[in-house]
Amino acid sequence: MSVVMSVRDLTKIYRMGDHEVRALRGVSLEIRSGEFVAVTGPSGSGKSTFMHITGCLDRPTSGVYELDGRDVSKLTKDELAVVRNQKIGFVFQGFNLLSRTSALDNVELPMLYRSEDPFKAAERHRRALAALDSVGLGQRYHHMPNQLSGGQQQRVAIARALVNEPSILLADEPTGNLDTRTSIEVMGIFQRLNAEQGITIVLITHEMDIAEYGTRLIRFRDGRMVADQPVLHRRNAADELAALPPPEPDLIPSPAETEPAAH
Amino acid sequence: MSILMTIRIALKALGRNKMRTALTMLGMIIGVAAVIAMVALGTGAQAMIEEQVRTAGTNLITVYAGSFNGPGGARGGAGSSSRLTPEDAESLRDVPGVQYVAESASTRLQLIHGNQNWNTSVEGTSPDLPAIRSWPVKYGSFFTDDDVRTASKVIVLGSNVSDTLFGEGVDPTDVQIRVRNHVFRVLGVMSSKGSSGGGMNMDDQVFIPHTTLLKRITGQQFIQRIYVSAASADAIPTVISGVTATLRTAHGLADGDEDDFMIQTLDDIVALRTQTTATMTNLLAGIAGVSLVVGGIGIMNIMLVSVTERTREIGLRLAIGARSFDVLLQFLIEAIVISIVGGAAGIAIGYLVSELLRIYQGMAASIPINAVLIAVLFSAGVGIFFGFYPARKAAGLDPIVALKFE
Repeated sequence: MSVVMSVRDLTKIYRMGDHEVRALRGVSLEIRSGEFVAVTGPSGSGKSTFMHITGCLDRPTSGVYELDGRDVSKLTKDELAVVRNQKIGFVFQGFNLLSRTSALDNVELPMLYRSEDPFKAAERHRRALAALDSVGLGQRYHHMPNQLSGGQQQRVAIARALVNEPSILLADEPTGNLDTRTSIEVMGIFQRLNAEQGITIVLITHEMDIAEYGTRLIRFRDGRMVADQPVLHRRNAADELAALPPPEPDLIPSPAETEPAAH
Repeated sequence: MSILMTIRIALKALGRNKMRTALTMLGMIIGVAAVIAMVALGTGAQAMIEEQVRTAGTNLITVYAGSFNGPGGARGGAGSSSRLTPEDAESLRDVPGVQYVAESASTRLQLIHGNQNWNTSVEGTSPDLPAIRSWPVKYGSFFTDDDVRTASKVIVLGSNVSDTLFGEGVDPTDVQIRVRNHVFRVLGVMSSKGSSGGGMNMDDQVFIPHTTLLKRITGQQFIQRIYVSAASADAIPTVISGVTATLRTAHGLADGDEDDFMIQTLDDIVALRTQTTATMTNLLAGIAGVSLVVGGIGIMNIMLVSVTERTREIGLRLAIGARSFDVLLQFLIEAIVISIVGGAAGIAIGYLVSELLRIYQGMAASIPINAVLIAVLFSAGVGIFFGFYPARKAAGLDPIVALKFE
């Protein structure tokens, strides 16, 4: 498997007033295509800074970061924007969907900012629908975020992250705002995307049980990588979901499903 | 990313926040419409007053019996010394540059015809009055010099008086009416002139020869005013000095004495009125300016209140691959669209209001283009600044900071 992401001696120093915060103190690692890497560590361990730098949201103070074989640690802000648009898909803890905007329009958003070989409107529409389908929301493309449950909103966010076919999917505490069952559902989507489509996933989480859905576990402490090991007893979200009692009906059903005759 | 795409993104963002968009536009609409309506009102009033003064008569000079400066220092009001006589008026006819002269003395009397009666102002004057006031008769004719010489009992009615006594559209020529205990023959009716610059209803008065008024009705010797019209506007200064010299001689005033009469030209009146309307226009402009500021603050508030939400939106757009420039352009286009639509709506509403004023108040409301420009540019400036400036700050942030903005 080819190396998708390679960092060497990555450091990041923030200046807070007159003292420095050394968020990363020399991190080196490689992530190969198709891996599902869980990054864990306590607050302040540097895992969020690591994610921001590997997500091209921030630049390292020193060190080299190669994404798909290209050194992106010295790129300008606008060049980083293009890299984010085409190589990286983000899933955030707070979903970050545009309010009062349909699921479909939210998923289409990254394609609007494609600078190289942009899609025509019909193509954007088709791809957005396909991405929503792949996360099981094909029927709800016209719903606004406030008409969707938390798990459904996170699935829209995953569809949005995937729609530009990035090399890597970065998820920052994606289950932080979700209940247990919905968390397992989201992890199921990650595992399926990883297994069936070979999408590389980097999952940042402080919950060990969520980290165990990955194939590889990396642990941060005090700005350094302190552990890097395969997950021995990997959890399988699909099996766990099958074992759970059937889900309660949606608290926020779609208008189309609330016909009086159904009751 | 193409400009076209950014325009589409901006329009979508505006459509997504219809309430915010509408409120921002409302700020613009209030400001622009208020300025246009206020300034239209001011210019309309000004034009109206100028028109009124113009119809009062051209090149008109009015001589008032002036206050006499008694040795005790107590001054009577204008007209109290009553020093103008019909002979003074007669002597003014020979002053160079003078075209028409009309004596004027007035009193209020009851007019009776059949079972109708009306109390109105009776003005004793000369046959020159219609020419001086550019005021033709509607029915019949005005009285003549012969009528003045013989102090004949003839009367010319104002149109309101005629309407009241005889009904509208009736020609009362040669009908006899009673004025106090005299019987007068109606010679004619003046055309309608509306109210004078001073607010007096010009159509609610009647005219008789000044000799008739003085000899047969009031028994006085003095008249209150003399209207003199100059042959041309250029002749006005000559006429004024001629009139002054003639009257001083007639009144036997020594070199050091003050005039015992006052001369007022329409220019004086026009100047006073213009000054008054200018004050009013300034007042209206002040009110409009306040509206503009209030509208601007409305725009600013809406823009600033939405900064948090919009900063997060900017953070997200940056995170999924928008460049700062794309985001800035989007916000700029949003602000421009709001300014164009809000400005156009403001102009339309302001125009509508001034049209309504014109139709229902009869004001010749004109809309000066510079007022429109100032109002639109100011509102647009406020809208663009407060829409764009926070966006510029947000677009300069790291995407992750903007995304987690509280």
